Amino acid sequence: MPGLYHILFISTALFFIGVYGFFTRRNLITMLMSTELILNSVNLNFIAFNKYLWPGKLDGVFFTIFIIAIAAAEAAVAIAIIINLYRSHKSIDVEKAEEMKY
Amino acid sequence: MTASTIIFYLLAAITLGSALLAVTTRQIFRAAIFLLFTLIGIAGFYFWLQYEFIAAVQIVVYVGGIVVLIIFSIFLTQQSGEEMPKPKWGRTLFAALAAFCGFALILTQILLHPFAATSDTVTEASVSNIGKQLLDIDQNGMALPFEVISILLLAAMIGCIVIAMRQPDENKTLNDA
Repeated sequence: MPGLYHILFISTALFFIGVYGFFTRRNLITMLMSTELILNSVNLNFIAFNKYLWPGKLDGVFFTIFIIAIAAAEAAVAIAIIINLYRSHKSIDVEKAEEMKY
Repeated sequence: MTASTIIFYLLAAITLGSALLAVTTRQIFRAAIFLLFTLIGIAGFYFWLQYEFIAAVQIVVYVGGIVVLIIFSIFLTQQSGEEMPKPKWGRTLFAALAAFCGFALILTQILLHPFAATSDTVTEASVSNIGKQLLDIDQNGMALPFEVISILLLAAMIGCIVIAMRQPDENKTLNDA
């Protein structure tokens, strides 16, 4: 029967897959997807800890709900920014948006 | 090998496999579809852990909301059949190295740490329990964070409208182009 450690292994793997995607991708939408993977791995952690370590409380459930709400708000704002950037630069590559770099 | 174990490893394979494909495939539309399968796999884990409400929220908000939003923004910003350029060889190597080292570090810490359960009582994560405690104003209630999240969502909504709104003077040049 898989237990807490199995789920922690999966969420750690998911987190670092997201980190790998965030480092290699240069396209803003795919970077946003990697961020979603990272947030999801954290949610899975909260639920697993709540299930196996604090079954008498519901705090992990609330944190998960709040993180999902914040992720939705973050994705909406990020996509508004991406569409605006596409309008002004005709590209959503992070290498092409470097006016504020120097 | 019970059915529960088999389902767990099946879900793990679906989630991790499609997550890997989502960050490595070079067609952006396929990446969005693989992300969809990853999120469904995580919802499956919530079902497996018997947190049905969270699984439903995950499917409604992520699969039904965020992925659709991402697919729409792909259609709005670029040709979906076009392949993305290959990332540089050195960057791929160092990203993989950093991710693997971080993974190994965190995993050793997790496996060395003895997690101990704190209580024997089980509060069922039913919708009525979650709803009561979420809107409670007693010491265990979550009414204040709930209100903060409401304000955050309102601010994000107004922010999205303001950012994505077309500027009036820009309108003319966009129509000409």
